[in-house]
Amino acid sequence: MDHGPAVELGVDNAGEKKAKLGVWLFVAYTLVYAIFVAIGVTNYEAMGKIVLGNLNLAVVFGFGLIVLAIIMGIIYNALCTSYENKMNKEEM
Amino acid sequence: MIYEASTFAVVLFLVFVAIVLGLSFYFARKTKSSSSYFAAGGTIHWAVNGIAFAGDYLSAASFLGICGMIAFSGYDGFLYSIGYLAGWIVALFLVAEPLKRLGKFTFTDALDAKFNSKGIQFTAALSTLIVSLFYLIPQMVGAGALVTPLLGLPHWVGVVIVGAIVITIVATAGMTSTTYVQFIKGGLLIVFSTILAVYIFSNGLNLKPKQGGQDYHDFMALTESDMQGYEIVDNIDVKDYHFYKMEKEGVFRWFQLTDDKYVEVLSKTLTADEKVLYNGEPKEEEKFFQVGHLSKIVVDGKEVEKTGSLGPFKFLSTIGTEGTEIVRFIKEKFDDDSGNHITIWRQELTAGKDMLMPGLKFKKLREKTPIGKINFISLMLALFLGTASLPHILIRYYTVPSQKAARKSTIVAISAIGFFYILTLFMGLGASVNGVLDVESSNMSGPLLAKAFGIGLFSIISAIAFATVLGTVSGLIVASSGAIAHDFIDRFLGRNLTDKGKVFAGKIAAFSVGLVAIALGIIFKGMNVSFLVGWAFAVAASANLPAILMVLFWKKTTAKGVSWSIIVGIVSALGIIITGPTIGDQFFGIAKENAIQPLDAPAIISFTLALLTLVVVSLATQKDNVNKIDIK
Repeated sequence: MDHGPAVELGVDNAGEKKAKLGVWLFVAYTLVYAIFVAIGVTNYEAMGKIVLGNLNLAVVFGFGLIVLAIIMGIIYNALCTSYENKMNKEEM
Repeated sequence: MIYEASTFAVVLFLVFVAIVLGLSFYFARKTKSSSSYFAAGGTIHWAVNGIAFAGDYLSAASFLGICGMIAFSGYDGFLYSIGYLAGWIVALFLVAEPLKRLGKFTFTDALDAKFNSKGIQFTAALSTLIVSLFYLIPQMVGAGALVTPLLGLPHWVGVVIVGAIVITIVATAGMTSTTYVQFIKGGLLIVFSTILAVYIFSNGLNLKPKQGGQDYHDFMALTESDMQGYEIVDNIDVKDYHFYKMEKEGVFRWFQLTDDKYVEVLSKTLTADEKVLYNGEPKEEEKFFQVGHLSKIVVDGKEVEKTGSLGPFKFLSTIGTEGTEIVRFIKEKFDDDSGNHITIWRQELTAGKDMLMPGLKFKKLREKTPIGKINFISLMLALFLGTASLPHILIRYYTVPSQKAARKSTIVAISAIGFFYILTLFMGLGASVNGVLDVESSNMSGPLLAKAFGIGLFSIISAIAFATVLGTVSGLIVASSGAIAHDFIDRFLGRNLTDKGKVFAGKIAAFSVGLVAIALGIIFKGMNVSFLVGWAFAVAASANLPAILMVLFWKKTTAKGVSWSIIVGIVSALGIIITGPTIGDQFFGIAKENAIQPLDAPAIISFTLALLTLVVVSLATQKDNVNKIDIK
């Protein structure tokens, strides 16, 4: 059966810990995204309320979701790299 | 609208195509093995891969479709930006690293890694093809929409040109050339979109926007006393609107009666003898204008004619201020007494603050109907779950050397794509107020906005938009080619092709899929490309994501569970789309309210059904897991 990885990958002892972290961060982001969708569905007028610097909730929340994704990605990478450095003797 | 080809645009486009083809032929000499053809040998640097991800992902739907939708419907278009970007969270946190570990060339490899199942090989390959074709349609439609203003050629020629170039890119060097085309295009798109946004801010807001030095068309608003020389020859009521056909000096124009004034509208008439007239005259007379303007600008509580330069946040807050009004152009269709088919674009005053809230496109959200809410949730779910299930995105994880590189490249992608999506709101709103909209083609809003700032910027942006299509279509064709040659012919049919044979089969498959894409691009002319991509996401999310997630995270998943989940996902998503209001309206002439069922966005049902199917079938076939391969 010739369908393993295209390149040889080393053993990743940090895999399980990284996967758990990924799931938690995913749940956290999904919750924020779900709140955004829920406001749109249950009370879309609230999206028009000015909340920050003359910008309404829709704009602030929308930009916020995009920026949050970038920030969480950077945090995730930093934590994963630290797990890998601690748990893997050799660089993958 | 009349478009004139720009020599500069043509030269830029040709230079870009020459570079792309040069790269492809250069890499072709190095692309001998199936690993280099389908996965660039797993040697791409994570930073290059990250921008290539952006080049792959920021398709015609993002640049053309979203900007167009925001220009015509405000914030509702931006919801696509938010959803598309949020989807990368699923890819980063759940899929990137495990998928890199499991797969070789295609996403079918990853699903099948623990099972070696013919069922998975067939259904996952089929799903890859269906999703890729759904995604190809809007790209090719976008190519056709672009070629008209860029090169002055008809829609179908654009589709054929893109098809031919992409087939050459993919058939020469596969994933390697595709990666570098996507890298160049992704970088250029982000840089020049930023420049376009800077132009928008420095231009500010103006009641009388200039269109590349030309004055904006002053729409007539006639009172009874202004009507000397005009004769009313017909009047028609559509919904609550009253339209009047008037004749002056042998030309028939349409007006809308609003507040005791006859306000000029844009009209397109298909006469009984099959002539097409724009505002009562042949197209060549250029009486069909670019539109979209502010009728009132309020700054610090005072009405002003123009604002001067604005910062990004001031730009948004000025549009969203109480009192600022945007004139949008809304389409209505009817037949007049002479048997002519009339399409009217009437002016509709829209509060600026409404442009920055959901509900102008998703009207049912404002009407608070249950179906409107379900459609909205379903769309946002599809966008969120779709990204991590797109085969042409997933295969990019095989082009980097390690799991760490897969993760890092995803973060580069999220940053680049996120930044671009923030710009879409500015570009879309900029187009809606700068008098650049072509009411016949929302997809052209972004490039036409660039035209308002000079033919040079327009030429560059159009050439990049064209490159956008090339980059994404190349990725889709590589994914389809892998599904046919590697998953279906080599593995499912068990032909055990040699490495060289697999590359050859991949090239033939790329050629065939390219031809199909050309045909679809011509057939689907005129649909908003982002709307179509929304469907591709729904099919991908339903067919692929339950399988991917459960293979990665649920040990009881069985091969039969995966196969049936894919089938149920495809059938239910396609079934809901085909029986929904939009397909009925566009292709079968069935009014939206008479559609077989009212849902346009299927994911809420189809994803759930696929997930349930996987769980139920897996639990019922646990004994099959005796032969499951343990991969850590």
